[in-house]
Amino acid sequence: MKELRDPTALRKLLEDIGGKVRKTGRKPRLMEVCGTHTMALFKSGLTPLLAEAGVEMVSGPGCPVCITPNGIHETAIAILTGTEGATLAAFGDMTRVPTRKGSLQTAVPARGSRLRIVYSPEEALEEARREPARPVVFFGAGFETTIPAIAYTVKQAAAEGLGNFSVLPALWLVPPALRAVLEAGEVAVDGFVYPGHVSAVIGTEPYEFVARDFGVPGAVAGFEPGDILLAVRSVLEQMLEGKPGVALEYSRAIGREGNPVARALMAEILEPYDACWRGLGTIPESGLRFRKAFQGFDAAPRFGIEEDMSDRDLAGCRCGDVLRGAIRPEGCPLFGKKCLPDSPLGPCMVSYEGSCLIHYKYGPVRRARS
Amino acid sequence: MTKVSLELGSGGRLMRDFIAGHIVPAFGDPLLGELGDAVHLPGGIAFTTDSYVVDPLFFPGGDIGRLAVNGTVNDLVVSGAEPRFLSLAFILEEGLESEVLDRVIRSIRAAAKAAGVRVVTGDTKVVRRGQGDKIFINTAGVGRSIARPRPAKIRRGDKVILTGTLGDHSLAVILARGEFGLKSNVRSDCAPLLFLLPLWTKGALWMRDVTRGGLATVLFELAERLPYPVLIEEDSIPLSRPVRAASELLGIDPLYMACEGKAVVVAPAAKAGDFLKRLRAHPLGRKAAVIGEVQDKIGRPGELLLRTGVGGLRLLEPLTSELLPRIC
Amino acid sequence: MCLAVPAKITRIDGSGQGTASYMGSEVQVNLVLVPQARLGDWVIIHAGFAISVMNAKEARETLRLFKELAGTSRP
Repeated sequence: MKELRDPTALRKLLEDIGGKVRKTGRKPRLMEVCGTHTMALFKSGLTPLLAEAGVEMVSGPGCPVCITPNGIHETAIAILTGTEGATLAAFGDMTRVPTRKGSLQTAVPARGSRLRIVYSPEEALEEARREPARPVVFFGAGFETTIPAIAYTVKQAAAEGLGNFSVLPALWLVPPALRAVLEAGEVAVDGFVYPGHVSAVIGTEPYEFVARDFGVPGAVAGFEPGDILLAVRSVLEQMLEGKPGVALEYSRAIGREGNPVARALMAEILEPYDACWRGLGTIPESGLRFRKAFQGFDAAPRFGIEEDMSDRDLAGCRCGDVLRGAIRPEGCPLFGKKCLPDSPLGPCMVSYEGSCLIHYKYGPVRRARS
Repeated sequence: MTKVSLELGSGGRLMRDFIAGHIVPAFGDPLLGELGDAVHLPGGIAFTTDSYVVDPLFFPGGDIGRLAVNGTVNDLVVSGAEPRFLSLAFILEEGLESEVLDRVIRSIRAAAKAAGVRVVTGDTKVVRRGQGDKIFINTAGVGRSIARPRPAKIRRGDKVILTGTLGDHSLAVILARGEFGLKSNVRSDCAPLLFLLPLWTKGALWMRDVTRGGLATVLFELAERLPYPVLIEEDSIPLSRPVRAASELLGIDPLYMACEGKAVVVAPAAKAGDFLKRLRAHPLGRKAAVIGEVQDKIGRPGELLLRTGVGGLRLLEPLTSELLPRIC
Repeated sequence: MCLAVPAKITRIDGSGQGTASYMGSEVQVNLVLVPQARLGDWVIIHAGFAISVMNAKEARETLRLFKELAGTSRP
């Protein structure tokens, strides 16, 4: 949909946004929750344009690679290095997160074992089917967008009796994280840009508490520049009308009810628990783990590994503070100096959605004085 | 760095820093220190070498043999030399089927013929099963110097031309591995860039072939040596439909995807139109386009800037690590 | 967290698997999360799974909005 990238259309929206900002009499600060939104904003060069229009965008904890604590990454490494003849399958940027044991990329696999980058959890399931004697572990990290796919693979594995398949889960829920950010009150946020594809699964209802209990407006956005600007504009309109709510600005792709089939699948296989997030600590009911009936597919107990959930960040790493929005990447003393994309000290510099990597690669452009 | 990692070979900053900071100082040779794709030696000869490691060996549009010829031929062409001779060294893994080897050899012969070069010397070694990935190839190339790149002569207003679409080779190889459940009709663009040679005598200032690390890495190498910023227009960069599709589906950035038959040419402002016409007249240059220019209105000296399709601006960095498909 | 693209379903086979076309490239897609999807529908695909069926009417509406924004420009 190239119309959503049309410079003239975007300019008009930015002008409209600028006008509304002036009417608010302040410089609104909006949090985009989803790392893909952060990426989209920077890649298109929209962030400085929004700043010129008076809107400050701040990134929330929406990067599953970043908020997965090192203890889980170390468990993955332990499986790969300690189990012979196994495959550990994972999404790309999970494999570069640096831990005290190195990363999955630098770890030397046990004899006959290998690391495999996949695009879909089904690829791991496929391998388990093809090689029934080979343990295949899928390191599955994600939010509600990805969780149904991961739940499906476990359901299928159970139905097919694929005893060699297991999942190391790092499954996170967005609305509890939003609640934690708001309750912490560390970052004053005037509005939210909600993640469009998470919402494809959960719908809009889970965000309503933000407007109702905290008086903060928000809008669900798609991922084209035009989508994001429509959402920003909608948030400003809600601010001006004094009517915070949850606007849907991605109706071509999702409905307010989300995807009940996906949610039912998640509920069948998984149950909520109080998960520990990097940077945000333990948040009630914020993660998903296997229900009793499916616990046999949980990789850590299967391989006899006790997950260490204490703080195992590398020394000096301040990803936790960045993820809470408490500091910008530039506020971390290691940013751009010791912590660089090819020598990252924390996940925020590794993940394509990590704030630090995005700020480093797509950072503000200095203009020459003419 | 205590152990060599895969990233060291990815063509990104880690590799460049390693070469510049580790290898070059070990020899202290000014010719080596030039770090060009090929080097001009006394006596009018140009010299280059490259090694080829690819999985799978055969993919739509090419194979390791064809890569081994064209990669080295192109290093000579973009350095201002007419390719003449190649050496060919094999490291073969025990157990490799001779049928596969013959196929590769036939491909090398055909590619050498198409590129007008003679394979005149070589070597063969065999390593134990498990100690080499089927075939490793090294080729060294010797050519006749016809011009020297003159980056010092680059001025404001000079244009950056890209000879065709980005990323086709990279995507063809990725998909040939059968991963990601994605099918497309993309083919590697592996080809000799001989049609660029006449541009040298017409005043071309600098060229680089766009291989590992992609366009952004190559342009960064150009920009960092100039006293001006380089501004690239995102919308003008030619991309094939399959690459566009895959980049959005898999989350890989075409600016960092390798090609094996595309180059960047810096043309003096007054010559850009003529260069473009010449390139487009050739079957391999039909999609050639001016993608940017050397200027000083936006940015600081030595910076590489991208004006995005929506009118924003961003700094481009070279590739830092392996490209990995993402889902997030 | 959310990289997903809209693609058009070109084939559905019995087991919930299908093929979708995105800009001329064919991608395998699991349709198990969108049982209501039909041949020719556009879906949002994430990590090899369709997670939502697109609304053609809303898409046209969005397109119209942006065409209008793009069209009314100052000289």
